Amino acid sequence: MFAASIHRLKTLIVKELLSYLRDPRTRMILLGPPLMQLLIFSFALTLEVKNVDIAVLNNDSGTLGTELVQAVSAAQFTDEITIAYHAGTLERLIDEGKVLLAVNIPAEFSRKTLRDGSGSVQILLDGRRANAAQLASGYLNTITREVGARSAAMSTGDATPFPGIQLRHWYNPNLSYRWFIVPSLSGVLALLISLLVTALSIARERELGTFDQLLVSPISPTEIIIGKSIPALMIGAALGTIMILAGVLLFRIPFTGSVTMLAMALPVFILSGVGIGLSISAVCQTQQQAILGAFALIVPIVLTSGFATPVSNMPGWLQTVSLANPLRHYLIIAQGSFLKAMPATQVLANTWPLLLIAAGTLSFAVWLVRRRLQ
Amino acid sequence: MNRPEPRQDPQEPDCPVRLTGVVKRFGNTLAVRGINAALTSGTLTALAGPDGAGKTTLMRMMAALLHPDEGSVHITGLDVRTGSTAIHSRIGYMPQRFGLYEDLSVEQNIQLYADLKGIEPADRQAAFARLYEFTQLKPFQRRLAGKLSGGMKQKLGLACALMGQPAVLLLDEPSVGVDPVSRQELWAMVQALASDGMTIVWATAYLDEAERSDSVLLLDKGELVYAGAPAALTRRLQGRSYRLTHIAGDRRRLLSDALNLPAVRDGVIQGSTVRLIRAEQASAATLNELAASRGCRFELTSPRFEDAFIDLLGGTPDGHSAIAERMDPVSTTRSSMVECHHLTKHFGEFVATDDVSFNVRTGEVFGLLGPNGAGKSTTFRMLCGLLPPSAGTAQVAGYDLARAPGRAKAQLGYMAQKFSLYGLLSVRQNLEFFSGAYGLTGTLRRQRIDEMIDTFELQPILARSPDELPLGFKQRLALACSLMHRPSVLFLDEPTSGVDPITRREFWTHISGLVAKNVTIMVTTHFMDEAEYCDRVGLVLKGRLVELDTPDALKAKVACDDLPEPTMEDAFIRLVQTRDYNGDEQRRSPDGDSR
Repeated sequence: MFAASIHRLKTLIVKELLSYLRDPRTRMILLGPPLMQLLIFSFALTLEVKNVDIAVLNNDSGTLGTELVQAVSAAQFTDEITIAYHAGTLERLIDEGKVLLAVNIPAEFSRKTLRDGSGSVQILLDGRRANAAQLASGYLNTITREVGARSAAMSTGDATPFPGIQLRHWYNPNLSYRWFIVPSLSGVLALLISLLVTALSIARERELGTFDQLLVSPISPTEIIIGKSIPALMIGAALGTIMILAGVLLFRIPFTGSVTMLAMALPVFILSGVGIGLSISAVCQTQQQAILGAFALIVPIVLTSGFATPVSNMPGWLQTVSLANPLRHYLIIAQGSFLKAMPATQVLANTWPLLLIAAGTLSFAVWLVRRRLQ
Repeated sequence: MNRPEPRQDPQEPDCPVRLTGVVKRFGNTLAVRGINAALTSGTLTALAGPDGAGKTTLMRMMAALLHPDEGSVHITGLDVRTGSTAIHSRIGYMPQRFGLYEDLSVEQNIQLYADLKGIEPADRQAAFARLYEFTQLKPFQRRLAGKLSGGMKQKLGLACALMGQPAVLLLDEPSVGVDPVSRQELWAMVQALASDGMTIVWATAYLDEAERSDSVLLLDKGELVYAGAPAALTRRLQGRSYRLTHIAGDRRRLLSDALNLPAVRDGVIQGSTVRLIRAEQASAATLNELAASRGCRFELTSPRFEDAFIDLLGGTPDGHSAIAERMDPVSTTRSSMVECHHLTKHFGEFVATDDVSFNVRTGEVFGLLGPNGAGKSTTFRMLCGLLPPSAGTAQVAGYDLARAPGRAKAQLGYMAQKFSLYGLLSVRQNLEFFSGAYGLTGTLRRQRIDEMIDTFELQPILARSPDELPLGFKQRLALACSLMHRPSVLFLDEPTSGVDPITRREFWTHISGLVAKNVTIMVTTHFMDEAEYCDRVGLVLKGRLVELDTPDALKAKVACDDLPEPTMEDAFIRLVQTRDYNGDEQRRSPDGDSR
């Protein structure tokens, strides 16, 4: 009985793989666009700003104000620094669109900072260019914190300057951005493909009538779902691996974590996408419905995963809902494995939710297919 | 009825469709080879021929969707090469799969086609009213097109094609998948249009339709082999059509033996009798001998158009089925292989199958007939385990489909209307998949695959995709896939829908061979000639099994003075009508009949 089942599964898997890979066009569609997207997005989708014009009003009598002005002028994202002498000038420059942001350093800045670290500067942003302004202010924040920290170190007598190399990292947002986006994109694209491929598979067989042919054969619904999961898993995992390799070899992103742990987490992640795809497919009668169903899920999956905006910025209830989002867990693993040398325990902590999602969605798909039969 | 002979003079007026030396190539294949014809207005012309004869290509050229490579096609005096836009506003074209928008309602579809045809808003009210009245679709105008029965879909397609009162109406196999009652209605509608002066071309694989038309264009391999009145062709067969009656033994065996005789051009089963066509040169003596040796009666009968068609195309292939001959007989002690008791299916409020019980005997050919949406498909799908019953039980080979689905399914073979094959896989990979799905392994699996390749002559097409194959090959491959595991029961869901008569005969030769090996056959069909092959047929109306008898007995039931020798088609229509089956209102299950 068991051997017969294994044999039927093998037949199903071979059939699925052939229908994905036999036709050169299907093969191209599976592999080409995701890799193209990885290349295009990682170059095109950039969150950095460059050549920013800044106005500075320095009323501080101490050294820190000057130091800050110098640090800002030296930063790579800035272009022209206008020194202003009146607060009114700052406003006028922003009004006229001459500068993106203005820094107002108050008179007591050095004294307060050196006394108890309570010094602060005012930053005026051009809200009409909200995105660019926000990014630039982020850089600026970093710079002021650096300057503050250095002064704090000086005041405690520890005069060790910050290692230059670390400053370079902060000041090279382009590099750091790609380091973030490539590991994440590998997850997004691998999920997208495995979800779409499976969402179409049962619906396509329904349209062609071959699904009936499967159902009248001794193949059970569980075998159908397993037989459809494994090939999709193989294709999704292969794609994910290729993209991770591209990250390491092509984009030269340091891989600091454990290869084994990531190799274990990736298939579980793909399987959870496969489960979602097959559930969509089992409900839909036509491929058109399946495509629409897949897109109805893919967009929220990407948006609540932490890929575009941090999960912690979402309202509490949405954060809870996003726990069911496999991409959210996988992004933590992927980014952690690349950049943070994520320890095995943390990888596991983010893998078991994936396992739950996969088990849940796959069982749901089996139930959906069986419900129509018994 | 006026009988137009195709006129040769291209200048003669009143010929809205004129074909002059039309040639069309696709790559190296000649799809249409020099066709001349002229169709007068007010006539209904049938375009008949086997699959791949060039019917659809010719249709598309008449619809100004393809240009001829040589010769010319004139529609209402306009050349299709130059006047396609003007032609499109003067013709109505209904392709095989008419472009109905299934997610739009009947009314929205009609509105859409009115927009496409540019009907003035002021004229719409009258135009719609006329079309609704004509098609009797008024009560269903809010229903989604996808939820209509097959017959009603075709009527709606016709309504859309008729938008703007075209001078020429082109219908490409409009009656495929339509039950006899709807088919008759559709035919009557089109005939009414012809008598109003419209020129109509009706492509068909059903020769009884060709027989009733005003004239026939008969195509074979792209050539026009006959043009003229159907009766004139039928007359050629006078004195060559015979009927064998009072057959004591197995009539399928008799047919198969008869088809192997060179003197026999064609043969089919009609209920308990066998119809044979004598080859022109052969003498009747051979047939007489055959009849005498089997102790059955032998009589001349009036020819029909289909006899002449088959004769013209070179006759039927011989009567033995290579695959059936290789199979071991099904050994079983069971007297019935399919049983259902009080089988019922609800879809919400709607009762699609209502308390149906019957047994199918071992080695029997059992036909399930019924109008579109009467519950025939639902019943059939419950019997092969595709749909769970709401109440009652269904058994195959003694195994309950609900309790032992695996064992029951291992015993049944299934072949669907669409020949459900994997187009993304090659022919060989399809064979490998279906053998594996039924648990065949190792040497046995290889043997069976080789056997199928051998007997169905699949060798030259092994590496190709089933999608590229002609219908006849697809059908063979589908049959091969369903027989690989040697099922004891074979379920056939409208197996020859849209298939030409010669391929149909080849198919039934295989079925007859399987029955000789004690295989039980369960078939649904809209094609009444196919019902004649059955030992018994069940008629399903409004979800209930209302008749269960031999085809002869059903025909006898409706025989009367004005119809002493009814055909199976007559029997079907009358049995449905006597039950006051007002059809359309009930003709639908919520999930669609075909699913």
